[in-house]
Amino acid sequence: MKRLSILLLVLTIATGLVGIMGSMASAQKVKTEFKVEDLIGVVKINPGESIHIAAWMVVAGPDASLGTDTKRGIEIAIEEKGRKILGFPIKLTVQDTGCNAEGGQAAATKLAADPTIIAAIGSSCSSEARPGAPILWKAGITTVSPSATSPDLTDPTKRGREFEGFLRTAHNDKVQGAIAAEFAWKQLKVKRAATIHDGSIYAEKLQAIFSETFKKWGGTITSQEAVAPTDTDMRPVLTKIATGKPEFIYYPVFIAAGGHITRQVKEVKGLEKAALMGADGIFSPDFYKAAGERAMGMYHSSPDFSAFGEGYKTFLEKHQKKYGEKPIAPFHAHAYDAAIMIFSAIEKVAKKGPDGTLYIGRKALKDALYATKNLKGLTGNLTCDQYGDCADPRIAIYITKAENIKKLEMPEKPFWTPYSGPAGQTPPKK
Amino acid sequence: MLKRWRERITPTDVVMWFIGGTLLLLMFWGSTATLIEGRYTSHHWFDFLIFGLAQGSIYALIAMGYTMVYGTLRMINFAHSEVFMSGPYTAYFVAAAFYSSGFLDRQPILSLIFIFLVSMATSTLIAVLLERIAYRPLRTAPRLVPLITAIGASFFLQYTFRGLYGSGFQAYPVVKILEGEWMFGVFRILKFQAVVIVAAALLMTALYLFVQRTRMGKAIRAVSEDKEISSLMGIDIDRMIVTTFVIGGMAAGAAGVLYAVMFKQVHFFMGFIPGIKAFTAAVLGGIGNIPGAMLGGIFLGLVESIGPSLFLDGLGIVAPYQLKDAIAFIMLVLVLIFRPTGILGERLAIKKA
Repeated sequence: MKRLSILLLVLTIATGLVGIMGSMASAQKVKTEFKVEDLIGVVKINPGESIHIAAWMVVAGPDASLGTDTKRGIEIAIEEKGRKILGFPIKLTVQDTGCNAEGGQAAATKLAADPTIIAAIGSSCSSEARPGAPILWKAGITTVSPSATSPDLTDPTKRGREFEGFLRTAHNDKVQGAIAAEFAWKQLKVKRAATIHDGSIYAEKLQAIFSETFKKWGGTITSQEAVAPTDTDMRPVLTKIATGKPEFIYYPVFIAAGGHITRQVKEVKGLEKAALMGADGIFSPDFYKAAGERAMGMYHSSPDFSAFGEGYKTFLEKHQKKYGEKPIAPFHAHAYDAAIMIFSAIEKVAKKGPDGTLYIGRKALKDALYATKNLKGLTGNLTCDQYGDCADPRIAIYITKAENIKKLEMPEKPFWTPYSGPAGQTPPKK
Repeated sequence: MLKRWRERITPTDVVMWFIGGTLLLLMFWGSTATLIEGRYTSHHWFDFLIFGLAQGSIYALIAMGYTMVYGTLRMINFAHSEVFMSGPYTAYFVAAAFYSSGFLDRQPILSLIFIFLVSMATSTLIAVLLERIAYRPLRTAPRLVPLITAIGASFFLQYTFRGLYGSGFQAYPVVKILEGEWMFGVFRILKFQAVVIVAAALLMTALYLFVQRTRMGKAIRAVSEDKEISSLMGIDIDRMIVTTFVIGGMAAGAAGVLYAVMFKQVHFFMGFIPGIKAFTAAVLGGIGNIPGAMLGGIFLGLVESIGPSLFLDGLGIVAPYQLKDAIAFIMLVLVLIFRPTGILGERLAIKKA
């Protein structure tokens, strides 16, 4: 008897629920004659609400300059847009990522839980993008990274479907690593080089490409060492490197470890004369702070500012006016470009309902981003390929002089570019 | 005799010994292969030794704080890494002011002493506040409670300092008299590393003598033996416990400046890794034992510096320095397998556990 009553109760509740849901569904149908369909989902923005864009980048810790710089690029892009797309105000949320996998995962998880976010800009570091981008894409959020440069992220053999929502305006390190090797071999004419990476997919891949290319040119790689990003005492590993007698050390790591290596390398016997080179991850005034005067004469590979589009000069003036200083890392323009890429994609796919509500299809937005073609950005003409690489990569080599360290400013003029030999000539237009 | 021995051995022991033996064998094999390969000269080994000693003496100084607090309170003060961070981070602003005014270059020794004092005072203050606010009210609580509190205090301090001084890092100015190197015959030693090693050795000797030879030291040792009996004997327990925190704080503050002299970068998260390493060193040496902490610290520093080259190079492992921390912790495992109480540890099983 008792069982029967429970069964009856469950049945009534179930039918009740079905009935309520059915009536709700029909009510919705009646309400929206205007319909936007999307395979993944549609974001509905009522009049008065804002278009929510998220930034996930490293804005705290030793590498804060990298993310702060890109954040400023986005802020300037928003301002230039008049803080509005299609009459809806733009809202920007920033989430710190710490430049490591855990931080990237945490930030992405947080953002993925917010259904109002339409698109994201980030991450700063490749190791954040690897766990983070799939989490965002699972929630239907497409992300455009201004500075995650590791080749793996857009490599068709390594990039699974979960990375479909990841694009970047940053260059691919396939370019950067090869140019660094070319510079070492052709310009510096060194024959023996050593590399150090920190286990991140950025540094590890970059040094691998450098080594591969350097060997192709005919050079010898004396050793490929690794440290942890939090290591402070680099003297033992440098002593080990010194046994191979390299003339050149390439360490495309991040600021904390890069600073320690630069400071300690001259203290190790046999490395006093070795030429030093880092990459875009440590091309920042903060690195000069970390490395001190020992950074003098050091080389960096980084985007070629002199090859940037015409708008870059006005951008720099705005930057100076708004923040009272020059850019503090190399990727502000890439972030600006990522922002305008997203804005123009939103403008393309957003549909306004009769009541003024804005509908944005998530898959449509992603497709529109991938379809970006010849978009005039600060870094050049952006054209995305099917794997998410959108950059028009021009890499140059910079040298650090005493005044750069004194004023804590990055050098503005390239020292060497692959297309023109020693700098001073204009690069060929693509 | 043999029979009793056989009864005491459990299968776990056998497995542990097997693991330990394999690791030892691997180490031995790797070292021999490295030495036969002959990649490193005696100069290299000497350099490794000095680098390890300098790093190790900093671990040893921090480990003092862990071990002394454990000795008196039977708790792991996980916030000790923040005690270590607070000193040099605060003293940075003094150092920067000295540097920009030119005082650092004119009076390097005087300014260094002042920087040391500021750092030690800050660390001590933080340690004492920690004891008063976070640990004393919980002294009678179950053991897990102060442990969790310590972790909470650690986060609190980290983010307080992040709020105070910013989330970026600061770079200590270069002290000119400490740059360069001294030659001892054919061997070379970097000046600041010599200073770090000597300063740490002096401080540790002073602390050891204080604990072993003075009346107060005796009282501290009595408290760590048995709190109730000591209080019956007229020892002010609260005062003794505060003293251990003061000593630990002073050692950590001094270690902080030495760290800053060696590595230059300071930030709010800087205490985490050295703190973990120093805790490992304290356990390695036998927690609760002061000479043990010193020995453990130096041992750990040496293993980190020499280990990857010596053990792993011969085994053909690429980029061995990536595994520096793994080697350090494997050493801990090894020591604990063969001597569960640490190198100089007391037998907890009988007395207090």
